[in-house]
Amino acid sequence: MGNIAAFLLALAIVALVIEMLRRKKLREKYAVLWLVVGVATLVLAAFPRLLNIVAEFVGVQIPSNLLFAMSILMLLGVCLHLSWEISVVEDETRTLAEEVAILRTQLESLEQHRHLAAPGTARPDPLPNPRPAPQPSPRPNSRPAPVPETAAPAPAGTHITDRPAESSDS
Amino acid sequence: MEALPSPRVLVIMPAWNEGAVVGSTVREVLHENARYDVLVVNDGSTDSTADEAAAAGATVLNLPFNLGVGGAMRAGFKYAQRLGYAQVIQVDSDGQHDPRNIDEVLAGLEHADISIGARFADRGEYKVTGPRKWAMQLLAKVISGLAKTRLTDVTSGFRAANERAVAQYLDHYPAEYLGDTIDSLVVAIRSGCTVTQVPVEMRARQGGKPSHNPVKAAIYLGRSVFALLFALTRKPTRLATRAAEPAGA
Repeated sequence: MGNIAAFLLALAIVALVIEMLRRKKLREKYAVLWLVVGVATLVLAAFPRLLNIVAEFVGVQIPSNLLFAMSILMLLGVCLHLSWEISVVEDETRTLAEEVAILRTQLESLEQHRHLAAPGTARPDPLPNPRPAPQPSPRPNSRPAPVPETAAPAPAGTHITDRPAESSDS
Repeated sequence: MEALPSPRVLVIMPAWNEGAVVGSTVREVLHENARYDVLVVNDGSTDSTADEAAAAGATVLNLPFNLGVGGAMRAGFKYAQRLGYAQVIQVDSDGQHDPRNIDEVLAGLEHADISIGARFADRGEYKVTGPRKWAMQLLAKVISGLAKTRLTDVTSGFRAANERAVAQYLDHYPAEYLGDTIDSLVVAIRSGCTVTQVPVEMRARQGGKPSHNPVKAAIYLGRSVFALLFALTRKPTRLATRAAEPAGA
């Protein structure tokens, strides 16, 4: 019987989703959708007459067409959702890449300073240009602002007062 | 105001496999003015870009993989903000932008948040033709209208920004194609940043050739219009209320 096969298939899907959830291989937000699909298939397989009733109710002549239309719509939605999710993930990856690059540069210049300015008092600059490398004594929770000239012509601090706050609190 | 020591300037150079030219460009910029610090953002290069740049005296920001110019610039802006630079300027690593113009472009920041080194403003010999030209003209027109000032070259990568503009860029600086020029500029303007332009000359690229393929140019036109339309519908950033203008120094 086709119905029994459909029922078993739906059951397998639901079981698989629940098992993946249990093993934490699937995040809940994605699982919900598949659970809904699985349960709907279960119900339809158990009561095939239901499809005809619904098709008649919404005015679709051939019940299977209703099924196809719904499936296509759902898959479209899933694809769109995944595209959105991957965009978010890509953006997060990009931010991490920037962060890692900055940290690495700061770390390297810190090490360079430690090597060169070991016992002396004056801080020798390793490069011809006096660049604002992070100070040898790192204060982890303070915003590094090693620009020598703090008295900028413009009231510089006022521009970005909201941003350092968030980085120093974390 | 003139008496104060001039603040340091961060020159950001996004570089992707520019090992052949990046060294000489960095040296040229550093030689130009002692207050410039050069930050080469090595955008996942597979050649000697990072070594060449470091040897020439630049600070190198090594991105773990290629992010595109937009991503590289955003990393550079983030670095600039962390270290508290008051002014940043983007310069191409291929030597296309003349380091002697950097000071001129930076001077534009005295009365605006963003200063663009423009290639067509009746100076130099930079010319383009066909769809690429139309695209650039259209973009220039639309963005000029937005910025309420005459801009002739909005896709120029020779741009300076002050702290306020950097803060805005960090909020919105897409890695998308053209996002680093058009999109970021439009959103910056709509967020309340002021823009000005400074005419500069372009030099011939030291490596590589600009493309003159008409198909590519047409694609460029389409994508730029697309980018512009999207930028126009984006939500502007809420910036901190404008601190007093650097009163005419």
